[in-house]
Amino acid sequence: MIRNDIEITPELIAEHGLKPDEYQRILDLIGREPTLTELGIFSAMWNEHCSYKSSKKWLRTLPTTGERVICGPGENAGVVDIGDGQAVIFKMESHNHPSYIEPHQGAATGVGGILRDVFTMGARPVAALNALRFGEPDHPRTRHVVSGVVAGIGGYGNSFGVPTVGGEVNFDPSYNGNCLVNAFAAGLADTDKIFYSEAKGVGLPIVYLGSKTGRDGIHGATMASAEFDQDTEEKRPTVQIGDPFSEKLLLEACLELMASGAVIAIQDMGAAGLTCSAVEMGAKGNLGVELNLDAVPCREEGMTAYEMMLSESQERMLMVLDPAMEEQAKAIFRKWDLDFAIVGTTTDDLRFRVRQHGDVMADLPIKELGDEAPEYDRPWEATPKPAALDPSSLPAPNDIGKALEKMIGLPDMCSRRWVWEQYDHLIQGNTSVGPGGDAAVIRVDGTEKKGLAFTVDVTPRYCAADPFEGGKQAVAECWRNLSAVGAEPLAVTDNLNFGNPEKPDIMGQFVGCIQGIGEACRALDFPVVSGNVSLYNETNGQGILPTPAIGAVGLLPDVTARATIAFKAGNDAVIVLGDTKGHLGQSIYHRDLADGRGDASAPPPVDLTLERRHGDFVREEIRARRVTAVHDVSDGGLLVALAEMAMAGNMGAEITAKTDLALHAWAFGEDQGRYVVTVPDGEADALLARAEKAGIPAARIGTTGTHELTLNGGTPISVAGLKAIHEGWLPTYMAAAPEL
Amino acid sequence: MKSAVIVFPGSNRERDMLNALEMISGTRPAAVWHADSELPDVDLVVVPGGFSYGDYLRTGAIAARAHIMPAVAKAAERGVRVLGVCNGFQILCETGLLPGVLMRNADLKFVCREVMLETANADTDFTRKYAQGQVWRCPVAHGEGNYFADEATIERLEGEGRVGLRYAKGDNPNGSINDIAGILNERGNVFGMMPHPENMIEELNGCTDGRALFESVLEAVA
Repeated sequence: MIRNDIEITPELIAEHGLKPDEYQRILDLIGREPTLTELGIFSAMWNEHCSYKSSKKWLRTLPTTGERVICGPGENAGVVDIGDGQAVIFKMESHNHPSYIEPHQGAATGVGGILRDVFTMGARPVAALNALRFGEPDHPRTRHVVSGVVAGIGGYGNSFGVPTVGGEVNFDPSYNGNCLVNAFAAGLADTDKIFYSEAKGVGLPIVYLGSKTGRDGIHGATMASAEFDQDTEEKRPTVQIGDPFSEKLLLEACLELMASGAVIAIQDMGAAGLTCSAVEMGAKGNLGVELNLDAVPCREEGMTAYEMMLSESQERMLMVLDPAMEEQAKAIFRKWDLDFAIVGTTTDDLRFRVRQHGDVMADLPIKELGDEAPEYDRPWEATPKPAALDPSSLPAPNDIGKALEKMIGLPDMCSRRWVWEQYDHLIQGNTSVGPGGDAAVIRVDGTEKKGLAFTVDVTPRYCAADPFEGGKQAVAECWRNLSAVGAEPLAVTDNLNFGNPEKPDIMGQFVGCIQGIGEACRALDFPVVSGNVSLYNETNGQGILPTPAIGAVGLLPDVTARATIAFKAGNDAVIVLGDTKGHLGQSIYHRDLADGRGDASAPPPVDLTLERRHGDFVREEIRARRVTAVHDVSDGGLLVALAEMAMAGNMGAEITAKTDLALHAWAFGEDQGRYVVTVPDGEADALLARAEKAGIPAARIGTTGTHELTLNGGTPISVAGLKAIHEGWLPTYMAAAPEL
Repeated sequence: MKSAVIVFPGSNRERDMLNALEMISGTRPAAVWHADSELPDVDLVVVPGGFSYGDYLRTGAIAARAHIMPAVAKAAERGVRVLGVCNGFQILCETGLLPGVLMRNADLKFVCREVMLETANADTDFTRKYAQGQVWRCPVAHGEGNYFADEATIERLEGEGRVGLRYAKGDNPNGSINDIAGILNERGNVFGMMPHPENMIEELNGCTDGRALFESVLEAVA
């Protein structure tokens, strides 16, 4: 057994991820040398993952309030009013480091953690999404990571019983040694039945709920705040193991308990487990907390205070209970076969005191543990503003049809069916639009037709070239995705994945992206209500592409009026809204067909005024049921968007590009703020007139019909042929070699 | 029609089933807790989908030994209709109310997608509202739907018209023998199927082909 009073050496301090000056701060704060348990507690509270010490300064600049915002960042998840006394509660969180070390369990527990964040607040989870980034396909580990992560996400969400309705997948060499697994979850609650983590009342019982505590995941949060190196494999024991069955029981038990009125405050045990949850509940409520570790349900014998305080065993909750309701609460947990133990009390002395076997193992000032965490204003260097790409520097393809076929079969562009067919996207019976569209749409359970839309998006190559524009674009694209199904965009959650913030250029990427996100969120009235920062995503000194993934939620008054991307009927007019300028810098065409990977040219700029105007117009058209299909134009440009609509509808179109641009720039340029819509032939002129009145560039570019896509009368491209290529890459790739 | 839906720890499509039955029959079914030992007086008992007991040990194995299951078996003996969907099918096989087993999908992956089903026998209490040979749309969502039984059992099932539903040609998502998607017991009042008709009953689902299955039972018990 590790003793609590061993000497605190500089090596031990370093192993806990604390810098010498941070340790000095601890000494100043408590006026003595910490015990080992106390050192562990500090390292858990003060690591980057829990304390946001490098990012806090910049996160404060984000807009977090709005008419519909009930609760912004700082709680387990953000809460947004959706009318009729209902709220949507959502957040996105990373589980990058564990998922690379042990893909299946890392991803599974990422899903478990985010679901818990949502139901801790009293919401029943109704949708899950995920944003995944993997290394280049040829990297020897990529297949293994993809396979494990997808199976882990599916295995957890499917068993728990939440529909996984959308997400995104990218491949890039910068993720070779550091995949990104960002899990999003949303739940529903009544606005007057939302639960918070702030403890209230002195001398009240603190109750431990859920699974038993084991030795798994000790120091997980500290690991998540460190870079990877050759010894990464050795960190496998710090990855927790998920049990979706226990989580499902915990969900049902918690919701039942909340409905009984017994819960005063509740906090899930996520990163840094018992430590973080207890300190947060006490510190938020200006109360002390005293824990008796002898009462903590343990999976293993002889666990030390240090281990118990740092364990990240999954599916656990901490709660302040109304003492008058103790028996009812116990009965509920017995019914669900879950552990229920009173492990402490709230106090009025603002101390965080931990006792075991009659000894005080830790006695620390509770407010300072959280509030006095170091906060850094890290030096940063802005990424140099990139120059615009000279379009004439990119060669035209010999055959535009062949170029399209190549584009839609690329690892980053092909169908993700292989992934989402492993996720139950139909459970709960409310899915209206599942994976594969611009945004997922579900009906709000129990209502006739009220709906919610969800999307996750970011374009890391844009962010690398120009963090500010890239940050703006991530938000704008989410806003566009929601508008493209007919939803009113409500709010976002941000999951900021970056490299080592101690490097000024990486910190510059972070600052630039945040500024871009902030600008777009302000311009689009799209507040950030929750989020998560994941730094130190580096391997052997190489950072990932800056990847500020945005998750967003929108509201539909009537799900039956939502739009989907598929061409619906022949002889519909195909209309593009928004200006096509042929911007090829940082486009997929540039990167993958013209050898431009890593090029520093400028990404397409985002005009937020136009973005709003175009989105508002499209949403109105959808709600009035005037359009038959809608798709936003993003990666790959206009021709790829058209091909996606054709493949989804198993129907072709005859397209005519009336343009002065080079055809490949017209086809594959990634100008922002554009949508393709279809309307019955006879209604095209009216739509064009409405667009003109609204000040939106709009042009009819073709007519749907047949089973082929033709461009400017060229060789017809078979839609079935495109589909075979589009659907083929991922299954072929995953089947190509045995799993590790 | 009065119906009951059994709820085990880890059931997760019981709400879908309760809603579907209510929507189609007009009466809210009773939700019956696994630890109870008696069923209310009903025309139909449904064992719903999910991951009862986390699918630990073997899918359906622990649920098959739950307190409520003897009551379900007794009801089946009395001729009450019993429907098992997905995990419910697995549970009914584990209790012995239906023959055979459900193994892991042939490709070892969970699969959630729409498939085409063929009504292999339209002369049953669960399929009578479909036409014989009718091909209809229905989603599946399972990791262990690969139906298997010994040769003699399969021969009997086929010979006695107890294969109610098959995956349409070329659309078998799990490798089940003879493309079997749903089977009946000898008496014809217990039916197990892997697909989820309860998720294919209203416009929101994009198709209502699953309704006829519930309407069949409704008609049968009327």
